[in-house]
Amino acid sequence: MSNLSVSLFGYTLKNPIIPASGTFGFGYEFSEYYDINCLGSIALKGTTLEPRYGNPLPRIAECPAGMINAIGLQNPGAEAVVNDELIKLSKVYEGKVIANVGGHSVDEYVKAVEIVSKSDMVFAVELNISCPNVKGGGLAFGTDPKTAENLTREVKKHCDKPLIVKLSPNVTDVTELAKAVEIGGADGISLINTLLGMRLCLKTAKPIISTIKGGYSGIGVYPVALKMIYDVYKVTKIPIIGMGGVSSAENVIEMMYAGASAVMVGTQNLIDPYASKKIIDDLPKVMERYGIEKLSDIIGRAHNA
Amino acid sequence: MREEVLKVISNEPIAKDTYKMVLCGAAEKQKAGQFVEIKLDGFTLRRPFCVADQDGDRISVVYKVLGAGTRAMTEIKEGEELNTLTSLGNGFNLTLCDRPLLIGGGLGIAPLLYLAKELKRQGKSIDIILGAKNKDELILIDEFSKFCNVYPATDDGSLGFKGNTVALALTVEGDYDGYYACGPEIMLKNLSKLSIDGEISMEARMGCGFGACMGCSIKTTGGYKRVCKEGPVFMRSEVLYE
Ligand SMILES: Cc1cc2nc3c(=O)[nH]c(=O)nc-3n(C[C@H](O)[C@H](O)[C@H](O)COP(=O)(O)OP(=O)(O)OC[C@H]3O[C@@H](n4cnc5c(N)ncnc54)[C@H](O)[C@@H]3O)c2cc1C
Ligand SMILES: Cc1cc2nc3c(=O)[nH]c(=O)nc-3n(C[C@H](O)[C@H](O)[C@H](O)COP(=O)(O)O)c2cc1C
Ligand code: FES
Repeated sequence: MSNLSVSLFGYTLKNPIIPASGTFGFGYEFSEYYDINCLGSIALKGTTLEPRYGNPLPRIAECPAGMINAIGLQNPGAEAVVNDELIKLSKVYEGKVIANVGGHSVDEYVKAVEIVSKSDMVFAVELNISCPNVKGGGLAFGTDPKTAENLTREVKKHCDKPLIVKLSPNVTDVTELAKAVEIGGADGISLINTLLGMRLCLKTAKPIISTIKGGYSGIGVYPVALKMIYDVYKVTKIPIIGMGGVSSAENVIEMMYAGASAVMVGTQNLIDPYASKKIIDDLPKVMERYGIEKLSDIIGRAHNA
Repeated sequence: MREEVLKVISNEPIAKDTYKMVLCGAAEKQKAGQFVEIKLDGFTLRRPFCVADQDGDRISVVYKVLGAGTRAMTEIKEGEELNTLTSLGNGFNLTLCDRPLLIGGGLGIAPLLYLAKELKRQGKSIDIILGAKNKDELILIDEFSKFCNVYPATDDGSLGFKGNTVALALTVEGDYDGYYACGPEIMLKNLSKLSIDGEISMEARMGCGFGACMGCSIKTTGGYKRVCKEGPVFMRSEVLYE
């Protein structure tokens, strides 16, 4: 019997597969398609203190190996997430989840984290300091190491649960950011968020999405993500949750070799609603093919190979 | 939503740059106004199309060649199998009103064919305004004429009323207590000029098509709603255009 379980901050996940924030809503709607209790955990849609509509349409542009989105953190606000969305999720999901929090100011991040981290269903909070789609915030916190460190420290003071900081690939050296948030007190790091990108309409020469630029994700970003996870593993001691372009069980194993303790699946859920489940179902036979008995043994294996 | 592999029965042009594709193997009866999403080889995102008709396990879609994806669709041969998501979205409310007017513009005519058949089965008499730029672009008119009273409207006056569908609807609205409409955004928006309310079927660029990404959310009087999940059919009065 292959052992798929991994542990994050003392919480045991039955497998390392977690749908990534923004690609799985608040989870419960996927229970119409399959039993979501097979998932390691779920990362909730990015949540802010106040409700947000997000950006005007169009918010989506297709790419040959992925997509660009400019959702702009549409969500019903932190209180409604705890009082409505998580209640609905608790009816169909027995496990615990990762709340994902975005914001425009330190104060806003802190207040939203205080609200979501109180929920019993939340075992960790993921701080999104890398969203390219909100003006005057998000990414601004994720590109300067000092700013990221200070935000992490402030939020950590008000967070009852382990704090994961989600890093942006849109920086010169992601390891500087990783080191900074570790110093700031982060319990874990997740990466990568989307890469900045754009598409133009061939007929009008105008940008396809309303905000001109958006976040690029999907299978095309996989090697970029893998390299960043590999680099960050070398400079930090805290667990890494890897993501970016994952579409198969093989991708998961490779990402764990690079240093990921758990792996998030994003865009692939949008293309194939069963993607996360299929990857979990495939893991045992792919592990067997490569002689892996215990998945947690392979975390960071690339660094000793 | 249901993931199904459907087999192509036929894929033929029916007008300039417009094709009808018939797929078989659908397990569920689709509601009029629901849509399907087709995965095309070599393209990341699925392409959404309204159900234009259903007969047993056979679903038809009518599509216009717009970009690379729909162009690739024209090459699909009989017998090929397509990975599809079916039963997407809410569909039209078949008991919206007693005396409905149907209003279709451009490609928006397609989903109204299946709707008209469903309403006819309820014993309703169907009046439909079909609009296009010109006579050649007016699709499905013969199919509708078999069982509906068709009122064509063309921008250049090459067939029927000279002018757009909303202008024509304004001249006859007194005879109806509601409408169902599908067509270009400007048409749907202008339907607010009518004194009666009705249902409109909307489009948006979609990331997923089943409610997961928030790529398609619009503002309504009842808050934010997803075109793919709470829609694509909304009451006209509920949609807040920017
Ligand atoms: C609910 C719904 C029902 C639809 N029903 C029909 C129908 O019955 N018949 C028909 O001909 N067309 C319909 N459309 C529009 C159709 O989906 C697009 O024309 C098609 O996706 C274009 O693909 P492409 O590769 O040719 O164009 P490209 O521009 O190359 O496509 C690039 C990307 O943009 C998206 N896209 C481009 N134009 C549109 C558009 N107008 N609406 C939504 N997404 C778009 C594509 O899906 C793809 O992801 C519908 C759209 C929606 C949302
Ligand atoms: C439609 C969409 C919405 C997203 N929303 C969020 C979000 O709210 N918060 C966040 O931290 N990341 C968000 N992301 C980023 C993903 O969680 C993930 O980091 C990124 O897409 C890379 O993984 P992938 O290539 O597997 O999609 C979003 C991505 C997509 C495609
Ligand atoms: S297209 Fe993803 S929510 Fe509608």
